[in-house]
Amino acid sequence: MQRRYFVKSGAIALATMGLSPSFLRRMTFGVELPGAEKGKVLICLFQRGAADALNVVVPFGERAYYQMRPNIAIPAPKGGVASAIDLDGFFGLHPALAPLKPLWDRGLLAPIHAVGSPSSTRSHFDAQDYMESGTPNVKGTTDGWLNRYLAAAGTCEQCQVSPFRAVSMTPQTPRILQGLAPTVAMDSLDQFAVRSGGDAAARLEALYRTGSADLVHGAGNEMFDAVKMLKSANPQRYQPEHGADYPRSQFGQRLKQIGQLIKSNVGLEIAFADIGGWDTHVNQGGVQGQLANRLDDFAKSISALTTDLGDRMENVVVLTMSEFGRMARQNGNGGTDHGHAGAMFAIGGPVRGGKVHGKWPGLGREQLFEGRDLALTTDFRTVFAEVASGHLGATKAATVFPGFVVPGALGLLG
Amino acid sequence: MGEIEAPRSAGSVAVAAASSGGHREQTADQQVAHVLSRLAFGARPGDVERVRSIGVDAWIERQLHPERIDDSPLDHFLAANYQTLTQRPGELEQRYPSPGQLRNQLVGRGGDGALSAADSARLRQAQLGMRQITGEVQSARIARAVLTERQTLEVMTDFWLNHFSVFEGKGPRERYMIAAYENRVIRPNALGKFRTLLGNVARSEAMLFYLDNWQSQADSGRPRLAQLPQRGARGGRGRGRGGLPPQQMQQVAQRLRAGLNENYGRELLELHTLGVDGGYTQDDVINTARAFTGWTIRGPQQGTEFQFQPLMHDAGEKVVLGHRLAARRGIEDGEDVLDIVARHPATATHIAFKLARRFVSDSPSTALVDRAAATFTRTDGDIRETLRTIITSDEFFAGAAWRGKVKSPFEVVASAARALGAQPDPSPRMAGLVAFLGQPIYGHQAPNGWPETGDQWMNTGAILNRINFGMAMASGRLPGVSPFGFANADALRTEPLDRQVDGVISALLGGDASPETRAVLVSGQNPLAKGDAGTMLEPPDAGAPNPMMPPGGRGGRGGRGLGPGPAPQLRGLPLIVGLALGSPEFQRR
Repeated sequence: MQRRYFVKSGAIALATMGLSPSFLRRMTFGVELPGAEKGKVLICLFQRGAADALNVVVPFGERAYYQMRPNIAIPAPKGGVASAIDLDGFFGLHPALAPLKPLWDRGLLAPIHAVGSPSSTRSHFDAQDYMESGTPNVKGTTDGWLNRYLAAAGTCEQCQVSPFRAVSMTPQTPRILQGLAPTVAMDSLDQFAVRSGGDAAARLEALYRTGSADLVHGAGNEMFDAVKMLKSANPQRYQPEHGADYPRSQFGQRLKQIGQLIKSNVGLEIAFADIGGWDTHVNQGGVQGQLANRLDDFAKSISALTTDLGDRMENVVVLTMSEFGRMARQNGNGGTDHGHAGAMFAIGGPVRGGKVHGKWPGLGREQLFEGRDLALTTDFRTVFAEVASGHLGATKAATVFPGFVVPGALGLLG
Repeated sequence: MGEIEAPRSAGSVAVAAASSGGHREQTADQQVAHVLSRLAFGARPGDVERVRSIGVDAWIERQLHPERIDDSPLDHFLAANYQTLTQRPGELEQRYPSPGQLRNQLVGRGGDGALSAADSARLRQAQLGMRQITGEVQSARIARAVLTERQTLEVMTDFWLNHFSVFEGKGPRERYMIAAYENRVIRPNALGKFRTLLGNVARSEAMLFYLDNWQSQADSGRPRLAQLPQRGARGGRGRGRGGLPPQQMQQVAQRLRAGLNENYGRELLELHTLGVDGGYTQDDVINTARAFTGWTIRGPQQGTEFQFQPLMHDAGEKVVLGHRLAARRGIEDGEDVLDIVARHPATATHIAFKLARRFVSDSPSTALVDRAAATFTRTDGDIRETLRTIITSDEFFAGAAWRGKVKSPFEVVASAARALGAQPDPSPRMAGLVAFLGQPIYGHQAPNGWPETGDQWMNTGAILNRINFGMAMASGRLPGVSPFGFANADALRTEPLDRQVDGVISALLGGDASPETRAVLVSGQNPLAKGDAGTMLEPPDAGAPNPMMPPGGRGGRGGRGLGPGPAPQLRGLPLIVGLALGSPEFQRR
């Protein structure tokens, strides 16, 4: 029997002794909950389909960049919306990422370039699998690295862990969160309720609050606690703060709900969401077009979340990722084909922002991976491990990334 | 036997064990419910009486010989409602082009990347076609589980599809291959010889594609069984030494840059046969993979079927698990490896353990596993006989085995539909419910299949979804599903509440509910029994469009759940049914 059910069986005993549910709630989710109030939070955002890193964090200082991308390159910064936004005289942001620029200016935004998987696979399926399992080139791994973190980080055997410790705003539990530690996946917060009128919900609760303390009852008990917890946080009435304006897109709305969860103090530690549409083989566009439209939604959503969270960003790290980058050279259809290394963003108070992290490998013919793709200089596990240990306080990195020896900190945090 | 009155709980009816059993701890009524929940996807109206009348053991024997059971109603349903199930991968790939490839083709043709209206329509058609293929294959799985008389065969099909798991999201081509995989590879062999099943899986397009073996080939520097001819030195008949037309030769030449792919070799040993602790080494994995080089799939233009390609085959000597495979051989390498692993003692134990865990308990006894493994070995891997050892054992009928397993999402949906006498729905909606409960059909990404034990997926979110699923099933809003479809429902409408509850417990919970559950179920009043107006028993908005269902998107994968939309307001008998489907008892089998 797993620990969480053991803990729960105590709660069942209390319930059957006639103690009030409010007492139960307070006991379960009150002061004993470690870090529930102002705990550290990691939000992982997956760009599925392989985002074109070279047009996201633009190396405008490279002549080769413009030679290889005559039709789709982002012009070097010259002010205005039709060119890159200068970061450090060499790299610039795609102009559609303008909403993120204030975060850079405040030192909260850290792009990481030439980062990704050491596997040379150019299959979306395999590369996403590796990025989520955290074990590149090993296909048999059954759990995701975020779940291994959750399972390994349980430092307090007696502590009650919030049912909302790890939440994925997706219909299914994503690979990255699959595993032994309990997680919740949902399309939307209002879906997390017993959908039944009359007294059915109360009677269903009674079905699980009584009877034997087994696996099914344990899960049911935990669930009814969680539903009440969320209800008291009143997500329907939620008003974003500080003028945050979330896009109406699915991605924007999901980030809004992650913001709600964080501010509801339900003990959220890990959140996950994903956004598709990055597989730009055809007609990807330059400062405008397909990729620009995706980046617009992406940047406005993240910007709204950081605005909404305000001071809470002191304890939050947003980490974006995509399975690989795209070819350095544009293809015959005004798009880019599958490549190798990519770019990530780390955003938040704990992040050492205002700097593009990672070693830039260059875009010369001999510098490219297999003569065609941006080469890899930072293993994504270096970033993941640094965030897991430096931000979340994981002490068992070896469990989270088996067989991986961190080659030295990137200096992403602090 | 012969008791008609529904028992309050199993313990209260101490019926002698069935005459044929040795030391069966379960009561006769429990045994009937037990075989229907373990060897079938739950009881339909009338099933309990049928099993009782022919006897538990005779029923098991019948189920172990599905070829003797007439299944024509199912066959008719499938033939009338699905178009793609019987088509081979090649036919599907020709008829339903992959939207991604079509898009690139169309855009490339236009030059500026814009799509004409006609091209856009073609593209939409392709997307719909792709969705239809996956939707049908998922929908038919549920329809079979609900309708088939060959229940144990279907349970075993589910078992092997999870043991030899493939993932529809691996790539567009995988989706063309799944119908043939299920219907031609797995189901016909699900109760046959393990070696035959294993061999068919090894040659299946679905597994070759999913585990990448179709592109695995000799590493550079290794001798190959055949060589590509030099440029310009092609033979007079236009075929190279690989026996290929030039077009395919070109494809092979492109592929030849990559080398050995260990994926299938590893999973063959770790998951399909010996098990993770089966005593093989990394060298065994590599040599197994080398033995299977050249086991590949013909291209879409050549029919998308299995092919042994000598140009890709590593012709060197290999040693696998201590057996030497001589150099310069071809497809025999792989066949020999399949012989070796199918007959390895670790495989017998691994398969016996998985079967015992599926049918008896999350942690089956070593004694039972050993006996089943001995049968497996003695019968040269006869699945039917191995299963017989397990499901006729005292352990299978032990008191601890009763409700000892948590139902998988697939089992929850199928058993609820069966208990309510539901008509299968040819749309992917029922499959969407399975996805909503967390285990989309053909939706497990990693090659290990869905976990078998309840503790791995019974959690906060899962139980909530199950409860909402139960209320939705009882709402009368799902196509083909009525809350009044269960056994004797009509006769119960005007009965007092406690008799209604007993009737529901009998039909949905195998006649066994805890006193607490029963107390909750009776904690209301039946207005009809008191002579009130009769409308209270009907579900509201019975004829209204169904707001509970997920939109059809992606053929039921990623089902959207049961909201938004107004929550059902259940009263009377439907409420009892909804509560029973959401009860802890119904989550178990």
